[in-house]
Amino acid sequence: MTHKQEPVKGTQGDVTTADNAKSWFYTDVVKDHFFNPRNFMLNDADEAEFDAIGKVGSPACGDELRVWLKVESGTERILDFRWKTFGCGSAIASTSIASVIVTENGGMTLEEARALKPQDIMERLGGLPQRKFHCSVLCDKALRDAINDYYRRIEQFDKIIVEASRIIDPVSKVTDKDIEEAVLEGAHTIELVQQKTKVGIGNPGCLPAVEELIRFYKEKYFG
Amino acid sequence: MKREVYLDHAATTPVHPLVREVMLPYLDEKFGNPSSFHSLGKIVKDDVDTARSHIAQILHVRPDEILFTSGGTESDNLAILGYARKNQEQGKHLITTTFEHHAVLEAMIHLEKKEGFEVTYLSPDREGLISVEQVREALRDDTILVSIMYANNEIGTILPIADIGKMITAWREEHKRPALRFHTDACQTPEYLELDIEKLHVDMLTLNGSKMYGPKGVGLLYLKRGIKLQPLQFGGAQERAIRPGTEHVAGIVGMAKALELAQANREAESARLIPLREKLIEGIRSSIKKTRLNGHTTKRLPNNVNISIMDIEGEAMILYLDAVGVYTSTGSACTSASLDPSHVILALGLPYEVAHGSIRFSLGAETTQEDVEYVLEVLPPLVEKLRALSPVSVDEKYFV
Repeated sequence: MTHKQEPVKGTQGDVTTADNAKSWFYTDVVKDHFFNPRNFMLNDADEAEFDAIGKVGSPACGDELRVWLKVESGTERILDFRWKTFGCGSAIASTSIASVIVTENGGMTLEEARALKPQDIMERLGGLPQRKFHCSVLCDKALRDAINDYYRRIEQFDKIIVEASRIIDPVSKVTDKDIEEAVLEGAHTIELVQQKTKVGIGNPGCLPAVEELIRFYKEKYFG
Repeated sequence: MKREVYLDHAATTPVHPLVREVMLPYLDEKFGNPSSFHSLGKIVKDDVDTARSHIAQILHVRPDEILFTSGGTESDNLAILGYARKNQEQGKHLITTTFEHHAVLEAMIHLEKKEGFEVTYLSPDREGLISVEQVREALRDDTILVSIMYANNEIGTILPIADIGKMITAWREEHKRPALRFHTDACQTPEYLELDIEKLHVDMLTLNGSKMYGPKGVGLLYLKRGIKLQPLQFGGAQERAIRPGTEHVAGIVGMAKALELAQANREAESARLIPLREKLIEGIRSSIKKTRLNGHTTKRLPNNVNISIMDIEGEAMILYLDAVGVYTSTGSACTSASLDPSHVILALGLPYEVAHGSIRFSLGAETTQEDVEYVLEVLPPLVEKLRALSPVSVDEKYFV
């Protein structure tokens, strides 16, 4: 199993490149979770019932995700993971499967959950089209946001982990790491980095900092 | 069997059976190259000439004013890049709008960024219209080209091309600026609107075979006599060496037939589709809360319905509709390479939320009353399902 999915020629897939040369089909797992999403928050959340909440994105950048956690005190296992997502097919499917991953088999501990990577989520989905990597798999970020919220609420401040990477755009929560990865994947202009990460689309104020970083990583890796 | 309702005619149309029929000989015994001297070539050359004359007759122009190309994108590129490059000693200022098709917009951006031109981008109003006055105010002594679409491909608004054309003609004479020319992309219009060039007052006009029940891979550029273009490709004398390359004969003959059929039926087809369009708009707006019709209510193509459904994202909606056999498209672009939301909806001065939730239903020749009823039956529950998943609730003040 891999988190990358191979494209087919032509436009018959669900997601197509601009030149219409290649396209990808969503896998059956993606479709299943998209059409039958699991564990979503059905009604307005009764915030008092939950031990932590997390949020990432904004409708302006095309995806917004909120998660609510119930955590067993002591063991710190995730008993319940509810979510709401505004986004495309893969955004909905990836959040749905993440909710299954963190709650199955008695639930992940917060420490295990914190280590969950987008690649793990995409692997369980049977792969996602390359160009959906950065934009639609946000649930790991929302989850870490919620985990910090949990420790904040129980006043264990030493367990709050501020990401080693620096958040460049507070709206999309794109980090300097995301930009580094985008540059490594060949996005060498602000437009291309935006296509991959959505940085600054809802928050243009951060774009000068982004340009600075692109230049930095370009020089670092490509001289 | 699942019902299938194709409502994406603005993207492309099926080939009309009569069009297909006239094309078939060129995929069979009439395979000759029009440039060959022998009789097999001559027969085909005559057919290309006949198609050209036929199209010229429909557009009320001369046959030598029709250039065949590979489609709408090439025609737009050839008109804009070709004209600007050839005539830049006369001035380096161009005018277009912010909600053109990318074939126009990207060509303009290229000239601006790489070739030292200055471009004025006119913004449509919130209804998706551009006024004659706006264009007049943007004209300068060094303006050489204005390119404004006849009807918008996403929101279907019809722009006052004839009035803009008349104003430009008058301005050209008054200011003695013969180099000032007017191009329009008319790809969305042949089935519904007037294409008599004499009435439109344009110098160049783009059409595309695949959006008028003709074949894909063929288009044309109407180029008024006397206008010089710099070619984009080199290698032969075809199309007066402005667009060299062996002719797409089957496509050209098919497009001529398609244009004939489209223009002959345009009034009857418009009269048939407008009530269906209104039924679909009314039905969606009365059964689903928090929606917005994008584009002017009446100055729009008879087949275009563009609606933003708040709090859900377009791609998710398209996939849910696809699962019940309804084929539509979105400007919200997650299905295409650009992740940016529709530049057209944003150009209207509307927020990202409205752009992300926009869906375009484009009706066509085979669309029936039953099709519209089917959409109205399946759509509301799907919207409800997606809204239940969504954490977003856009306030009314942002989209009304």
